[in-house]
Amino acid sequence: MLRIRRIEEAVAQRYHEQEMRCPVHLSIGQEAVAVGVCAALSDDDIVYSGHRSHAHYLAKGGDLTALIAELYGKASGCSGGRGGSMHIVDHKIGFWGATPIVAGTVPIAVGAAWAAKLQNSSRIVTIFFGDGCFEEGVMHESLNFAALHQLPVLFVCENNGYSVYTNLQSRQPHRSISALASAHGVNSISGDGNDVMFVNQQSSDAIKRIHNGEGPQFLEFSTFRWLEHCGPNNDDDLGYRDEGELASWQERCPIELALGQLNASSVALDQEDVEKDINAEIISAFNTAQCADPPVVGDYCEYA
Amino acid sequence: MPDRILSYAEAIREATFQAMEDNDQVIVIGEGVPDPKNIFGTTIGLQEKFGPDRVFDMPLSENGVTGICIGAAQAGLRPLMVHQRIDFMLLAMDQLVNHAAKWHFLFGKGAEIPLVIRAIIGRGWGQGPQHAQSLQALFAHIPGLRVVMPSSAYDAKGMLIGAINDNNPVIFLEHRWLHQITGNVPSNYYAESLEGAKVIRKGAMVTIAAFSYMLIEAIRAAEWLATQDIEVEIIDMRVVRPLDMDTVLMSIEKTGRLLVLDTAWKTGGISAEIVAGVTEKAMKHLKCAPVRLTLPDLPAPTASSLTETYYPEAEQVAEAVLRLLDIDDNNVIAGAKALARTGNRDVPNADFTGPF
Repeated sequence: MLRIRRIEEAVAQRYHEQEMRCPVHLSIGQEAVAVGVCAALSDDDIVYSGHRSHAHYLAKGGDLTALIAELYGKASGCSGGRGGSMHIVDHKIGFWGATPIVAGTVPIAVGAAWAAKLQNSSRIVTIFFGDGCFEEGVMHESLNFAALHQLPVLFVCENNGYSVYTNLQSRQPHRSISALASAHGVNSISGDGNDVMFVNQQSSDAIKRIHNGEGPQFLEFSTFRWLEHCGPNNDDDLGYRDEGELASWQERCPIELALGQLNASSVALDQEDVEKDINAEIISAFNTAQCADPPVVGDYCEYA
Repeated sequence: MPDRILSYAEAIREATFQAMEDNDQVIVIGEGVPDPKNIFGTTIGLQEKFGPDRVFDMPLSENGVTGICIGAAQAGLRPLMVHQRIDFMLLAMDQLVNHAAKWHFLFGKGAEIPLVIRAIIGRGWGQGPQHAQSLQALFAHIPGLRVVMPSSAYDAKGMLIGAINDNNPVIFLEHRWLHQITGNVPSNYYAESLEGAKVIRKGAMVTIAAFSYMLIEAIRAAEWLATQDIEVEIIDMRVVRPLDMDTVLMSIEKTGRLLVLDTAWKTGGISAEIVAGVTEKAMKHLKCAPVRLTLPDLPAPTASSLTETYYPEAEQVAEAVLRLLDIDDNNVIAGAKALARTGNRDVPNADFTGPF
């Protein structure tokens, strides 16, 4: 989590240099969901995500240098410089793609789970998405199909309460999101998305249920985006969120919570050393990415 | 080898069976695929032979299931999705255009999407504005989608097998009025190329570039025109994207006259693309302005009487050829008009009693 936080901070810090020429949707504040879920997955399991996907990619083990090179639009980027922050992939570690049409990857993940079932594979497929997806028809179509065919798919909803500047209350009636999943016949649980141990426990239990043949599982985690929807800045001054809302979530910082849990469990952790390693890795990734070659026009028709 | 005659619909069914036998990763899904009507008979016996784990009916979730097929394809399956009407594909435009068409381009090696979508274009018998659209140009506009419209039973089989073998999305469009045509279809498993038009009739006076069912009307017109010593060259366009302009241009060099026949509307249609390509590259060979014979820019009619003027047939094709050749002999023009079908023109033939 700390590594993801520092990487996202480094992106934010350098974004004004105008060399990462693509929209970025940073995950700061939401790291616990990505880490808690991915730590419960096997290497063979598959992950898909949406527009705010850096944390999911990194938590699944995605190549950092390839991610940063992608943000810089380089040929060595994880998507060859064709995707930018909003379209990332790392097939080697089972991160099969993230794209920014809201709910767009949800049916695709269900399809990969359908294939796993038909091919008698033991892998499961996890799809990360946000609360806004429940306003898209394809979310419901996907839940219906997953329940109908009892597919090995883990639906993970990061409910951060906002779609860009619009709060959930302005978009959806007063009813729970996880109850909608239950109504589709998908077993669902909701809870604190800033508590990584809770997220991890719920994920492990849900994955066990999938492997036990109990069908698709749905987890809804409440969390909060600290920065603006898209870009490197804190935009709390715009007034679209209640005063004190951000501060109250920051008091429940997922990383601070996890550090507290580690201290209480007497796991020895030298945070200074960890920070030093992370920093060295980040500097190296940015240097490599910045020096890398951009894609060439002649290759642009490949795969077209 | 003696001819083996099958209908276009039977050819599609045989292609599906043989592709599923050839590769156990091929699956079929669509509204009505295993139902008693079996997509106008094209999927009869499929589920009985290959079982419920390879042949599926589907929830009425066109967009969702298109995405599900994309994910299944990314995981190595080769889904064949079927729509009884192309109109239903409009519900799936997000997954088709934003996802299927972009996936391999964005994510490269390892992100191929071997997905085939069969869709049927309706016509007549009161199907009207939402069951009889011809939307090939919409899909052909999108880089990353291949769009084919076979017009013969031979191509229906070979191009469907070719589409299933292709590693990226193919939109396979069948005109409902082609299902009953017959032709030579070899019994072996064969894949036809998904690129290139075919000259199916040689002639030096006018080039007719025809899409889908309009090929049948072109052949009817050409047979009568030949009795008047007017020899037209007919090109079965076969593929809407990528469009084979070279075959059209070579023919234009010879004839200098172009007639484009499409089953769709004129404005923004693929017929405009052909005329644009010819004027860009072969203006000097053109002896007169090209002509397009398409549907009027109006939604498809429901009332039987209105279908008579809405759909161009052999009569209008022959008249257009005469105009291109400046032939104004009244006897000849009367002969072209005599090509008009008698009886109800909202069905492909008198034997057809509906519904579709």
